[in-house]
Amino acid sequence: MNDIRKIERDVNMANTKISARSVDVFYGETHAIRNVSVDIADRTVTAFIGPSGCGKSTFLRCLNRMNDTIETCRVTGDIELDGRDINARSVDAVQLRAQVGMVFQKPNPFPKSIYDNVAYGPKIHGMARNKAELDEIVEKALRRGAIWDEVKDRLHAPGTGLSGGQQQRLCIARAVATEPEVLLMDEPCSALDPIATAQVEELIDELRQDYAVVIVTHSMQQAARVSQKTAFFHLGDLVEYDDTDRIFTNPRDQRTESYITGRIG
Amino acid sequence: MTGFAFLLLLMAAILGYMLNRYAAQSVRAGGGRFHSLTGYHGMFSALLVLVPVLTIILAWLVLQGPLIDRMVMGGLPQGALQGLDTGGRQLVLAEIKSIAGGRVFGTPEDWKLAAADRLVALRETSGWLLVVVVAVLGLSIIAFARSRVSAGFRARQGVERIVSGLMIFCSTVAVFTTVGIILSLTFETYRFFQAVPVSEFLFGTNWEPQIPIRADQIAAEGAFGWLPVILGTMVITVVALVVAIPIGLLSAIYLNEFAPGRVRSVVKPVLEILAGVPTVVYGFFAILVVAPAIRSFGATIDIDVAPNTALAAGGVMGIMLIPFISSFADDALSAVPQAMRDGSLGLGATRGEMMTTVLFPAALPGIVGGILLAVSRAIGETMIVVMAAGLMARMTINPLDSVTTVTVQIVTLLIGDTSFDNPKTLAAFALGMMLFLVTLVINIFALRIVRKYREAYD
Amino acid sequence: MTDVTNRPPGRTPNRASELVAASLKRRHAKQARLKWLGMGAIGIAFLMLFILVGSLVSTGWQAFTQTHVTLDVYVDPDEIEAEDLPRGDFDDVLVDSLASMLPEVGTEDRATARSVAGILSNGAQFMLRDLVVANPSLIGETITMTVPVSDPYDQLNKGLIERATPEALRRVKDNEIAWFDTLAEQGAVSKPFNWALFTNADSRFPELAGLKGALVGSFWALLVCFLISFPLGIGAAIYLEEFAPKNKLSDFIEVNINNLAAVPSVVFGLLALAVFINWFGLPRSVPFVGGLTLALMTMPTIIIATRAALKAVPPSIREAAMGLGASRQQVVFQHVLPPAMPGILTGTIIGLAQALGETAPLLLIGMNAFITSAASGPFDSATALPTQIFIWADSPERGFVSRTSAAILVLLGFLVAMNAVAIFLRQKFQRKW
Repeated sequence: MNDIRKIERDVNMANTKISARSVDVFYGETHAIRNVSVDIADRTVTAFIGPSGCGKSTFLRCLNRMNDTIETCRVTGDIELDGRDINARSVDAVQLRAQVGMVFQKPNPFPKSIYDNVAYGPKIHGMARNKAELDEIVEKALRRGAIWDEVKDRLHAPGTGLSGGQQQRLCIARAVATEPEVLLMDEPCSALDPIATAQVEELIDELRQDYAVVIVTHSMQQAARVSQKTAFFHLGDLVEYDDTDRIFTNPRDQRTESYITGRIG
Repeated sequence: MTGFAFLLLLMAAILGYMLNRYAAQSVRAGGGRFHSLTGYHGMFSALLVLVPVLTIILAWLVLQGPLIDRMVMGGLPQGALQGLDTGGRQLVLAEIKSIAGGRVFGTPEDWKLAAADRLVALRETSGWLLVVVVAVLGLSIIAFARSRVSAGFRARQGVERIVSGLMIFCSTVAVFTTVGIILSLTFETYRFFQAVPVSEFLFGTNWEPQIPIRADQIAAEGAFGWLPVILGTMVITVVALVVAIPIGLLSAIYLNEFAPGRVRSVVKPVLEILAGVPTVVYGFFAILVVAPAIRSFGATIDIDVAPNTALAAGGVMGIMLIPFISSFADDALSAVPQAMRDGSLGLGATRGEMMTTVLFPAALPGIVGGILLAVSRAIGETMIVVMAAGLMARMTINPLDSVTTVTVQIVTLLIGDTSFDNPKTLAAFALGMMLFLVTLVINIFALRIVRKYREAYD
Repeated sequence: MTDVTNRPPGRTPNRASELVAASLKRRHAKQARLKWLGMGAIGIAFLMLFILVGSLVSTGWQAFTQTHVTLDVYVDPDEIEAEDLPRGDFDDVLVDSLASMLPEVGTEDRATARSVAGILSNGAQFMLRDLVVANPSLIGETITMTVPVSDPYDQLNKGLIERATPEALRRVKDNEIAWFDTLAEQGAVSKPFNWALFTNADSRFPELAGLKGALVGSFWALLVCFLISFPLGIGAAIYLEEFAPKNKLSDFIEVNINNLAAVPSVVFGLLALAVFINWFGLPRSVPFVGGLTLALMTMPTIIIATRAALKAVPPSIREAAMGLGASRQQVVFQHVLPPAMPGILTGTIIGLAQALGETAPLLLIGMNAFITSAASGPFDSATALPTQIFIWADSPERGFVSRTSAAILVLLGFLVAMNAVAIFLRQKFQRKW
């Protein structure tokens, strides 16, 4: 298993999807992220771990400029997607978010039907020329979200009526429907039970075939299970960033070791 | 005399407090172990005096006037009131009262002077009787309370029971008010329907409540079909909503999503000012500015506009409703969880798309509830229409015409001297009944929607 | 997973992002349109408020001054006898002194002199009478007094009657204007602050009409309203919030209170008319009944505000006091109520401000009567500020237009002051737990 991963990693390493340099984030007076530089590879699952309040979610939200929506938040430094500065004036946050999808901590389907939830992105972006095309996109996304079989008979039932795990997979399908290149996941399993968690983790591993996946998690086991690269955040600093196996077997930094052995957190 | 009764009551309460406190203190000084603090023994006595005696004084004050009036009128010599209707009797009574008050006009008949003397005497007696009752009752209660003081007496529980009782009474006042509204409206409406058939009221298309004052008058018989009245109410309500809904909703959308914090902190209080302006002010605004403006505008494009067009009353009512709808919509939009906003933005929606495709539909139940409450307000709104709308009931839906409303009719029928025995007065209560029922149904419905909506996101 | 075959062989990122890019301009324009519509809506609301206040101020400010004319009055003993003051001809005395100031009239021509009297307010003769009654030694003396002019001349002096208007359409004729100008040239005309607006009660003559009766009536009505609604409202709120068992009955009471808050005010007027006046036989037009009615309307507001204030007190305070062995009532009255008091007072003041502006129920109980003296107690007939506005708005005399606006400005002034006190209380005593 490890060997296989190693090969893949070598293949993907060459292909950096997102590259962040000296990123700082401030919430009003609070300095939430300090000088973080990280390269995120394409077709790889990258995990951000660290104790709560360490800034991992904040940094994740920088990658599709979700922090723009918070009035007091200020981001400095360079973040490049495929070599283009995403904070540049010429880049539209709307377009960026279509390219960099996001899945949130709590499943948040809209109070609409399952179909309309998935069709939401393609509709607003004008990705379908007609109903048949939209149907096709929705089905494809639901299949990709590994939930098609469960909902294909009730596409017009409200999305809020699904179970927690189904809702989260629906949200993933919704994010996938806009054909993004990167998927950001902010603790996607923290509100789910173990069985649903396993299903979502399996799905994340699947998604790695097509996307760069960045996942924030508070569970080290989860990071170890699904990711190839892991970044450890502590109090706003990026302490260590390396291959997942390495972080968990042979961390270089004292703080990382303390965290994964359970002394801080 | 009344002031003296109140003073007496106050003194009795203080006396009771001091006595019981002192008694309790001396028992304790004698070595008794007390269940309650001495202050509670005092309070027990004071409350025990205050509550019943105050009730008696208030009831006395409310009831003595009508009772004395009845006794005076009953004591009038035979035949003095012959051939007088209620209004006439009231005039006689008013004259007797003004004589008793020392204001004599002309030369009243002797029997009126005698009645006035009797009125003064009765008032005097009543006043003294009240003082005596207060004194006797107060003292006996003090004595009773004093006799209860002992080491084992649970004065605190006693006090708390009385306070509980008072609080329960307070909370039932609201219920009594509703019951009072329903009973009085039902009673007068029932009397109205004895004079005018229900079917005529509900389905008649003619509203001419002027009934002949003298038997030989040729004036219309009086017609009481409420359809043109409710139609006029609807016309004005619709005009008001056409103004208020778009402006209210759009400003709520702007404030909720697009306005910078500083703009919001200025605009919200200004809208609150708009909401706090009394409706009589809006009514004057309508006749001073809006109606003439609409009329002269109509003249420039050659359209004949009635002087008190429904457009003016409805438009101004719409302005009044803007802050109402806007604040309800703003609250409803704010109640939509942040996760919905994040989800939509995260998929690449613009903030405008987020608002129109996710937030607004999600908040719709709450917004609809708010609009329904606004409808009920528009239907029940009185001063704007009394001042700016018409008096004649017409079967028309043309907002340029002058129409009348339910509330206008209620006020014009009841303004001035009213006696409770002609259909004209009672018709106002029948209209009031309909108004109460319609707004009640809308309110209950709206409040339920709003509450359900809030629960859905809690 | 199971549907490996459905996975697209390769992504087509270019197609997707091209579509997104193509849509951007249209979508941003749409958003801008929504934003502009919203700003426009707020702009309209602001404009309306501006026109409302602007029109009131522009018509109302004139009523805060009143044109007066200063006369040297010879209190002629032939016309006014000390023994029979009430029947003295004060009017004639005034007319004589006025006519002597106008050379073109002269005192001989009685008919013209009479019409000159129209310059003075009808109240002038009573002012002179009161002076002489207070000091009979003035008879035979010449006294200088400043009296209000009648409404048309007041309007003329304030420029509300255009001199350019053809005479036939003007209420003041050319010769009358000439008289007035002569007086003005002699420096007899002045325009001081209109104290009468606050010290007089209502009158049929605009130049004499004032708000004293309305202010006093509103004061008594609000006092009664406060004395009834405040204790009842707080008692009900404390019971419902702190003591009431959660059952059908308390639910019913709660629904009842919420609905009562939304019942049209005119229905409360019907209730008052049927119950207080017809059944209990309480008198019409008195502030006591008005206050009683307003109390029923204000109570739900106070209850709702009080409950919110009580809710804001954290449970830890209750638990701490309870832990020390205090009874539930002791906890509530000694520990929960005091910190909630500012919130309760704020809600009460806002409720009273609403009651102050409430008109319809007061109309139904007859507080729109024409009453020329201020009430001396809550059982005296009176008007209230909003009903006075209604009466004046209905009066045909031109002078009442500006007086109505002025009365509204006074009412709004009181409302602003009350709300300012409420906001001050909230800011000053608001505690963060």
